[in-house]
Amino acid sequence: MGIYRYEQVTIFTCSLCAFNTTGNSGKNNLHARRIEGIDKNIWVDFTQLAADYKVVNLGQGFPDFSPPSYIQEALCKAVNGGCSMHQYTHAFGHPPLVSILAKFFGRVVGHEIDAFEDILVTVGAYQALFCTFQALVDEEDEVIIIEPFFDCYQPMVKMAGGKGVYVPLRPVSSRVEGGKALTSADWVLSSEELASKFNPRTKAIVINTPNNPLGKVYKREELQVIADLCIKHDVVCISDEVYEWLTYDGAKHVKIASLPGMWERTVTIGSGGKSFSATGWKVGWAIGAGPIVKHLKTVHQNSVYHCATAAQEAVAQGFQREYELFGTPESYFLQLPEMLNQKRKKLATCLESVGLQPILPEGGYFMISDISSLKVDLNDPSTQDEPHDYRFVKWLIKEKGLATIPVSAFYSPEHRKDFQNYIRFCFVKEDSTLNAAEDILRKWSDLK
Amino acid sequence: MNITRRTLSSACRLININCIRNISCSQCAMTSSRHTNSKRIEGLDKNVWVAFTSVAADPTIVNLGQGYPDIPPPAYVKEALANAAAVDKLNQYTRGFGHPSLVKALSQVYGKVYGHQIDPFKEILVTVGGYGSLFSTMQALVEVGDEVIIIEPFFDCYVPMVRMAGATPVLIPLRLRSNKETSSVSSADWVLDPEELASKFTSKTKAIIINTPNNPIGKIFTKGELQTISDLCIKHDTLCISDEVYEWLIYKGHQHIKIGTVLTSKQMSTLPGMWDRTITISSAGKTFSVTGWKLGWSIGPEHLIKHLQTVMQNTLYTCPTPLQEAVAQGLLRDYELMGRPECYFSSLAVELEGKRDRMAAILQDVGMSPIIPEGGYFMCVDVTPLNEDLSHMGDDEPYDYRFVKWMIKEKKLAAIPVTAFCGDASKKQFEKYVRLCFIKQDSTLDAAEAILKNWNK
Repeated sequence: MGIYRYEQVTIFTCSLCAFNTTGNSGKNNLHARRIEGIDKNIWVDFTQLAADYKVVNLGQGFPDFSPPSYIQEALCKAVNGGCSMHQYTHAFGHPPLVSILAKFFGRVVGHEIDAFEDILVTVGAYQALFCTFQALVDEEDEVIIIEPFFDCYQPMVKMAGGKGVYVPLRPVSSRVEGGKALTSADWVLSSEELASKFNPRTKAIVINTPNNPLGKVYKREELQVIADLCIKHDVVCISDEVYEWLTYDGAKHVKIASLPGMWERTVTIGSGGKSFSATGWKVGWAIGAGPIVKHLKTVHQNSVYHCATAAQEAVAQGFQREYELFGTPESYFLQLPEMLNQKRKKLATCLESVGLQPILPEGGYFMISDISSLKVDLNDPSTQDEPHDYRFVKWLIKEKGLATIPVSAFYSPEHRKDFQNYIRFCFVKEDSTLNAAEDILRKWSDLK
Repeated sequence: MNITRRTLSSACRLININCIRNISCSQCAMTSSRHTNSKRIEGLDKNVWVAFTSVAADPTIVNLGQGYPDIPPPAYVKEALANAAAVDKLNQYTRGFGHPSLVKALSQVYGKVYGHQIDPFKEILVTVGGYGSLFSTMQALVEVGDEVIIIEPFFDCYVPMVRMAGATPVLIPLRLRSNKETSSVSSADWVLDPEELASKFTSKTKAIIINTPNNPIGKIFTKGELQTISDLCIKHDTLCISDEVYEWLIYKGHQHIKIGTVLTSKQMSTLPGMWDRTITISSAGKTFSVTGWKLGWSIGPEHLIKHLQTVMQNTLYTCPTPLQEAVAQGLLRDYELMGRPECYFSSLAVELEGKRDRMAAILQDVGMSPIIPEGGYFMCVDVTPLNEDLSHMGDDEPYDYRFVKWMIKEKKLAAIPVTAFCGDASKKQFEKYVRLCFIKQDSTLDAAEAILKNWNK
């Protein structure tokens, strides 16, 4: 805690350790209770590990190829675009950006979206999630989270004082027994189990479609089941749709907000970083009915207040172009999934050939693979107490130079132990990276 | 079309006219009361900037309101951003707590300023502006039921951030020295009463926030004043949150202070016993005149910074990469030049001092007595000599709010009311003051001068 008595002659500038004070017992825990138990973070741990070892990195979800040139040019143009590009813009979103987002998504969902009432621009979709939870979740509210889930939902709900209630997607057993290769479509919710999670304390449900890490793209009927429950129980739906353009094999992305009765209770979250393969720009948004979005704005104006102007301008330019080219072959929102589809198939083939059972994703950036059939001597004592997939991933990094992410990180603390046999690969990588991964896996397979 | 409508309707709300209902409410269906805001943001939706900054979109208004430059940032900083944007991997995620080249550059610059090594990975957190650092600090360290001492006038976000953390703001005003004639007042003449300050510390006091140079008054706390504060922090085992976003903008004051003593702004953390209990907050936006980049940083001991990092990883995770890289490049360039006139940290202060003096002269020429700031880029002035009777505007708002709204409408000149920066109990003390931002082009200052000269015409 670093609090020491002034009267001590030796001034101990202590940047590492803490001294308890006498008295003032309330001060012994310097940090606020709201951050209790949310200090561990898989990305901090695993990206450090990937950096420490020379690895082929199929771990964290970001492209290692360049964003489309027109978007990089748009940023350069914004940078050279005069004084106002470098100064504060409107707090809730740079006007050209919110205007084009309203126009673009209004056309997608089929009704008018008000640029200044229904949209909040945030520092990545991550901050949109944070604003949503902080704005709407109170102490002891329950939030239903479908597993596996992007890991930040759980600590964010906790930080808002809420309670995560988990319901897992499960592989449909008949497909498994039939020996067919699993796809993410084979992982489904039990409607009864889902319904049983709703109660008067339920404030919200979080869905993520396409899903990270599984890649599931929820069908309209599946979303309807969720929507019916939201309406019946008067619950808010938080729909994380950052991978909305990335669907494969004819899977269609459906926005739950477009279902009847859902616009007024849904916050839909999107990402410039994922849309334009520029994750480092950190431009995201929340779109929803004004009366709900205004609460997100209150959080935003009391936390970061503005987002960077030039990046927003560039994303606006990107959407302007995509608005005009939507549905045509020149649209990046068609070209990107086409390109990624090839990579998806390439990785799946490679994993199958070395005995790692992939679950073919219908959408998104990632593929998960069942490692239960692999027999590996994980003789690293430093990871002894960790779940099997964590140990395996660390071993794979250190011994084989290949980085992935353990899937139990995407499960609740309660269910983690039941899902320790999957690892997640990101295939949004240059072919050379995927080839290098393939080499490693083949060599390893040959050794066995 | 949307933008014009929005600006117009905001301006209409601003000047209290029955205005166009700006939005069709087809999507504002009756929502259930269950979809109301969480308790933590209850009452925090009002914000002076949301009310006044729509004014910035109207080019006919001379805007000395919100604090951002209309002068260009230095060319090398813009070039650094353009260069970064062209590098593929700089368009992807970087390290959550701060891009490595940036935290290393910060470690160099501030290591020099503090006179001791600063660990780039453990003692620095990069945030979305100084604002983001304030938020991370409050969320990390301020508990429900705590008290946080805030000195008035204060940058307005401190109070709602303290409240959002469930704590109680405890306010104490700076006061004009009683023996001071009003004809030539400096921000140094606005001081704390040490006994009054001591009385604000209780067993619940978790932290005190100081802002030096201060926004809006421009005060630079002296070593003696900081010593008084630090003695109380140590006695009561309190944290100190030191908002130093204007750290480089230090002017020659009534006492002759050499620009080299910019290091005195760091004294809070270098006073004995203070490093371990202080978070110091800075801003790239204010340092490089790029407020729209929204990058800032917190520096402090590991045992405190680690909690801010926990907040960061659960709120927005990482800041934009190309912007961080560009700020790193800017810092490295100016690090080499530190202490020399070509260093932007010095040259900006020199340029702004000229504008400060010009702004003061403009106000004095029309009979007003500005508070000459020792630092920062704002000037507060008592508008009483202008003798505007605004009783026709009702009395539900403090005088300065009415004055600013009236001035925007009638004189096309924007400022910010200083009671936005104080609590209710101090409103009477500050309600005749408005804040003017002078980090503006000469043509903007010329236009302001013309308006003031023609005031009574």
